[in-house]
Amino acid sequence: MTEVITPAAPVHRGPADLHYLNEHRGLRSWLTTVDHKRIGVMYLWSVLLAFLLGGIFAMLVRLELLTPKKTIIEADAYNQAFTLHGAIMIFLFIIPAIPAALGNFVLPLLLGAKDVAFPRLNLASYYVYVIGALFALGSMLTGGVDTGWTFYTPYSTTSNTSVSMMTMAAFILGFSSIFTGVNFIATIHKLRAPGMSWHTMPLFVWGTYATAVIQVLATPVLGITLLLLLMERVWEIGIFDPRLGGDPVLFQHFFWFYSHPAVYIMILPGMAIISEVVPTFSKKTIFGYKAIAYSSVAIAFVSFLVWGHHMFTSGQSDLATAVFSFLTFLVAIPSAIKVFNWLATMYRGSLDLKAPMLYAIMFLLLFAIGGLTGIFLGTISVDVHLHDTYFVVAHFHYVMMGGTVIAFLAGLHYWWPKMFGRMYSESWARVAAALIFIGFNMTFIPQFIMGSRGMPRRYYNYLDQFQPLHGFSTFGSWVLGLGLLIVAGYLLGSLRKRCDAPGSPWGGMTLEWTTSSPPITHNFETTPVLTHGPYDYSLPGRRA
Amino acid sequence: MNWLRSIILPAEGSAYARQVDDLYIAIIVICAFFFVLIAGLLSYFVWRYRRRGPDDVTPHISHNLKLELLWSIVPLIILTVLFFWGFNSYMVARVAPGEALEIQVTGKKWLWQFEYPDGMRTLNEVHVPVGKAVKFIMSSEDVIHSFYAPSFRVKMDVLPNRYTELWLQPREEGVHTLFCAEYCGRGHSDMLGKIVVDSEEKFQEWQALGDEQTRTMPLAELGALLYESKGCSSCHSLDGSRREGPSFRGVFGEMTSITGGPPVKVDENYLRESILDPQAKIVAGFEGIMPTFQGLLREREINALVEFIKSRK
Ligand code: HEC
Ligand SMILES: [Cu+2]
Ligand SMILES: [Cu+2]
Repeated sequence: MTEVITPAAPVHRGPADLHYLNEHRGLRSWLTTVDHKRIGVMYLWSVLLAFLLGGIFAMLVRLELLTPKKTIIEADAYNQAFTLHGAIMIFLFIIPAIPAALGNFVLPLLLGAKDVAFPRLNLASYYVYVIGALFALGSMLTGGVDTGWTFYTPYSTTSNTSVSMMTMAAFILGFSSIFTGVNFIATIHKLRAPGMSWHTMPLFVWGTYATAVIQVLATPVLGITLLLLLMERVWEIGIFDPRLGGDPVLFQHFFWFYSHPAVYIMILPGMAIISEVVPTFSKKTIFGYKAIAYSSVAIAFVSFLVWGHHMFTSGQSDLATAVFSFLTFLVAIPSAIKVFNWLATMYRGSLDLKAPMLYAIMFLLLFAIGGLTGIFLGTISVDVHLHDTYFVVAHFHYVMMGGTVIAFLAGLHYWWPKMFGRMYSESWARVAAALIFIGFNMTFIPQFIMGSRGMPRRYYNYLDQFQPLHGFSTFGSWVLGLGLLIVAGYLLGSLRKRCDAPGSPWGGMTLEWTTSSPPITHNFETTPVLTHGPYDYSLPGRRA
Repeated sequence: MNWLRSIILPAEGSAYARQVDDLYIAIIVICAFFFVLIAGLLSYFVWRYRRRGPDDVTPHISHNLKLELLWSIVPLIILTVLFFWGFNSYMVARVAPGEALEIQVTGKKWLWQFEYPDGMRTLNEVHVPVGKAVKFIMSSEDVIHSFYAPSFRVKMDVLPNRYTELWLQPREEGVHTLFCAEYCGRGHSDMLGKIVVDSEEKFQEWQALGDEQTRTMPLAELGALLYESKGCSSCHSLDGSRREGPSFRGVFGEMTSITGGPPVKVDENYLRESILDPQAKIVAGFEGIMPTFQGLLREREINALVEFIKSRK
């Protein structure tokens, strides 16, 4: 990886006149497109809409919790609000956000390919997603759901809210996720640019690959589980409902067998983005390429064997509890390795604190807290105290929001110029990042304390002693919300400008930066040939 | 680190709680160390290696086996130690001593029922003697609930199809909150109980007569307390609004219609019967879901509730 760089394809420095956004026009050209970039963009707007909706429910939940007893809504409405917040954020936003929206757009570009392996399947996955989303909306309009996003039986088999429809929604969305996974696996195996070996693929590709494997292997289990739940509700077949001779804890096993790996469906792509952003903005080669790549795969593998850590108090056997606790600690190590690798990449680098890097740094801090607080929860006797309290709520928000969502924002800022050909305002980006960081911590740090002090989760009403912390958390959510609105403002605002982004605004070395911004419909004018590694910044003659 | 404990953890109700807290604090120290390390290095790098210009040259450092082994193995060792520590203390909480006082617990939407070996039953409030091991044998009548007593650092799900157990050994007298920690619907956050730790004598006396309040308070006042603590309030309002059951406002002395029977006048005897044998006469327009309070209330407590309902004009 030390030869002199010769750009393989002609490098576009200025905006192209004809690109994937304007070559074809009209709604129909979008709805029937098989271009991975357009599908990625459609996914992007869809998941952002879901994020907005889930966010509104989050604000509602926080507002209700400003005071004990009723603040603005009744208990039933509150239970629906937190259920919908969780279900929308997980199934409609976080799971598809990075792979299906950003991944769809950049994966073929990173590989130097024209498209994904199965472009039609790709479009199908989007339509399936939309149908799933419509079912979720339908469920909201026909009575909502009050089971929590976890659908625990027998509550969910007996609740008279619109559980069946929401279950269908999650079931359908699972297929969309599987389609994307299959497609990406095939794409990565088959469509790498000439000269790109498994060890010269950008790390984003590794992360996406590990994610896709989990999507394909774990999602069917969720599908079957939800189908059984549906059958239980409709035909009372007696699998989960104890009145019919079923076992409610079995549902938890099935559910977490998918949903723990799903946690990694959510975080691995986030880590993958960080692995791109940190070297680019440190202008330095990634430290420990193989460690990062293989640790993704290790995480994917071990993640299938830890589901029981959600069930330490469910009455499962002590032996199972011990084994799950130990494996949970094991799965923490690859994550720790990655954090150290990113830090080491920054060591002696040339750090450019542009928006994507600010988010990457924020990710490192917040994900570190998320990961470290996971140790409390992996330790059995401590978990017994903290399980189902606000400590857990805070922990997974640090991982899911502080980790995945912040990484998503890093990726969005990183690839925005590539996707839409426009630069956004750096100074607004800084303001927003600061607000998000402060607001996020204000919202969730109090929740760690409340949880440790014994405040259970999913509580409409609470003891007066928790009011100051709940209040503080609610104020934090406003700061956080404001930060996110500002992001929406300047990103959308940038779209009103003419295309002004150079082909390679950050000096990145991966292939997507060798084509114009926005890329032409076929991505590259000629098939790129790889002559250097994805992060060979430190070779003679390179300039930032 | 006692200051830290008192800020972030609830009071310690048992020796076991102390044990869990020790581990908790140890993890905090470890996490604080790693967080300071990560955040410190990050800040230092950001300050020290800020980009100076487009011509910055960076060294090509692709990996460093020694360093990578170090940061894989050190966490592995620490985590293994924590695993064994956590597992050991967990096993303490799992195995109750043989001579423990056994109390049956039934969870249902949205109340806790306790039954003592001598057949005495209480609702949402369980008295236990100080210093003695108490074992709760639990099951649910509907969905999954979870018995959570933060002061004792114990929690166990309460399942509809099997018994689960949990034990604790309170260290000193006092009152502790009992929560339901598994989401169970509308009243989940009001499914609270009290664990009252009494001295041995007080506990004996309580078993015989009920507590101080039950014995001395004016009846209507005691009734108001019981209305909350026995869970009547989750189904009966005082302001005329409809909950699971009819409101208590102005019922006394009125005629009330009964499903499948002639209307009855609401007098003391009817109230008493409604509390002890709710299925005997079902108020029209409601379902017969009210649990019986037979055996759950002492004589004086029944009188108090009747008096209380009478007083709601
Ligand atoms: C699970 C809900 C529930 C709880 C808890 C409950 N009740 Fe009821 N109660 C009902 C319902 C429903 C009815 C009407 C149906 C019936 O008559 O059984 C009712 C009826 C009554 C009546 C007759 C009212 C009338 O207007 O004729 C009285 C008196 C009463 N309850 C007292 C109590 C007291 C005292 C408590 C607490 C110790 C209590 N209830 C707890 C549900 C409940
Ligand atoms: Cu998990
Ligand atoms: Cu509950």
